[in-house]
Amino acid sequence: MGRLLETVELSKSFGGIKAVQNFIIHIDQGEVIGLIGPNGAGKTTAFNLLTGVYKPTTGQILFEGKDISGKKPYQITAMGIARTFQNIRLFGELSVLENVKIAFTMHSNYSFPEAILRLGRYGKEEQIIDNRARELLTMFKLEHVTDEQAKNLPYGQQRRLEIARALATEPRLLLLDEPAAGMNPQETQELMEMIRWIRDQFKLTILLIEHDMALVMNICERIYVLDYGKILAEGVPADIKNNPAVIKAYLGTEE
Amino acid sequence: MNVMKTMRRYDLALLALSVVTYLIFSFLIDERVISSFWRLQIVLMCINVILAASLNLINGITGQFSLGHAGFMAVGAYVSAVMTMWYDLPFGLALLIGGLAAAFIGIIIGIPTLRLDGDYLAIATLGMGEIIRITILNIPAVGGASGLTGIPRLTDFTWVFWAMIITLFFIKNMVNSTFGRSCISVRENAIAATAMGINTTYAKVLAFAVGALFAGVAGGLFSHYFSIAHPSSFTFLNSFNYLTMVVLGGLGSMSGAIVGATLLTFITAALADYPEIRMIIYALCLILLMIFRPQGVFGNQEFSLLLQRLMKRRKGGKGNGQAS
Repeated sequence: MGRLLETVELSKSFGGIKAVQNFIIHIDQGEVIGLIGPNGAGKTTAFNLLTGVYKPTTGQILFEGKDISGKKPYQITAMGIARTFQNIRLFGELSVLENVKIAFTMHSNYSFPEAILRLGRYGKEEQIIDNRARELLTMFKLEHVTDEQAKNLPYGQQRRLEIARALATEPRLLLLDEPAAGMNPQETQELMEMIRWIRDQFKLTILLIEHDMALVMNICERIYVLDYGKILAEGVPADIKNNPAVIKAYLGTEE
Repeated sequence: MNVMKTMRRYDLALLALSVVTYLIFSFLIDERVISSFWRLQIVLMCINVILAASLNLINGITGQFSLGHAGFMAVGAYVSAVMTMWYDLPFGLALLIGGLAAAFIGIIIGIPTLRLDGDYLAIATLGMGEIIRITILNIPAVGGASGLTGIPRLTDFTWVFWAMIITLFFIKNMVNSTFGRSCISVRENAIAATAMGINTTYAKVLAFAVGALFAGVAGGLFSHYFSIAHPSSFTFLNSFNYLTMVVLGGLGSMSGAIVGATLLTFITAALADYPEIRMIIYALCLILLMIFRPQGVFGNQEFSLLLQRLMKRRKGGKGNGQAS
């Protein structure tokens, strides 16, 4: 198993507020890693650093050995990191199929004149995009809603669509920002199975932020705990569960 | 599902429809069934459709609120006029150069201004359009404030009609490609778009350049129809007028841009005999439309999609009938 992602003393300040400090994590190929922490601990900021939404104040992010800090989000996606958002960001007015087709844009390489004249590679590649988008939607049991507007889907399906769309960019690392937020226990159970299935089916590595401890403890191989922008603990679920510092951060101390 | 086959069939149907429309109108014009007044209105309609469709690409499809379309039109009008008058270039080539000049200005202006969003972009593009106009106003070589006169009258119905058809096909094909989808994704959610690997700056500048290109072509057709290019034809009020067409038809809808441009040109022309109440009725039409259909005639739908949906519903109805 090779090292997929590594951060070197990563930190981000907004004015005087140190949102993330000395954030050091490493992820190996094929792992499912959890990033947990109380509200406001800096988890989403860390995600935004990894995906290029924010530029790190100091430090480096090495993805497959290459420094990606300071690169733009679309460049990072092109290098193989895809993400979903805490507050779902679908292309609401567009159909489910179009949502996924947009994510395939990066992987088609017909030229602008070919698109306008509908010649050359255009037809073949559009057909490939269409086929693969439908294939992906079938895998995620969304084939019966391909023509629906994304905003009209029930919540659980919107979450699934967002993951399907992220996978269309063909990532090697998938970042999920609170995938179980707003789901009922049964949906969470299904999600858990889906995350495992995605990892095996698409052979990728997953880093997820989650508040649902049952989910995190169940599927993550390792967990990082973030509190006040710093890594508080790291380890396998069993260790994290019994770590006094973690319990203190979540529940406070008994006095 | 074979994507290309469906597209080809649809394209051929549209092309056939264009040819038939062209033949009917050119017959009516040649036989002088249509008065010279309405002939002028038809030419204007085609030019306005080009302007509305190209503005729709920027405002409706890419969601970048631009108010500088008349500026791009001015660039095309003057540059193409200079090409035919001074360099004796063939009209088609002059139009193309005029369009490319407008696209070039569009890119130059687009790269810094497209960092702005919403209201700020609207104000910046409004200013940009005015800067173009005032610059032209101060170039004596192209007539300055009195306008450029003596432009050969080369535009006729055939030119405007086919320029319109080319514009519509160009933008339609662009929208149905990865390039157009990038533009739409910028409108829908720029953050998600960039997370999907889409270079949003590139998509915005591309839309701006293509929009400016066709505005420039429309400007060239305009100046070669009236034999004059005058700065007062390209004020921000004109930009507003094209925007009104787009909003009226439905932001983001190609069919809407066509209907909006045709409808507004028609209303303006039909009321030409009643100058006192013309603007009142014009405004009333707009207010009523915005009250009863605020999303525009077509919303952001296309005519073809509505047709498909209707067919599906009818088919579904039949199926139910058989089942019972």
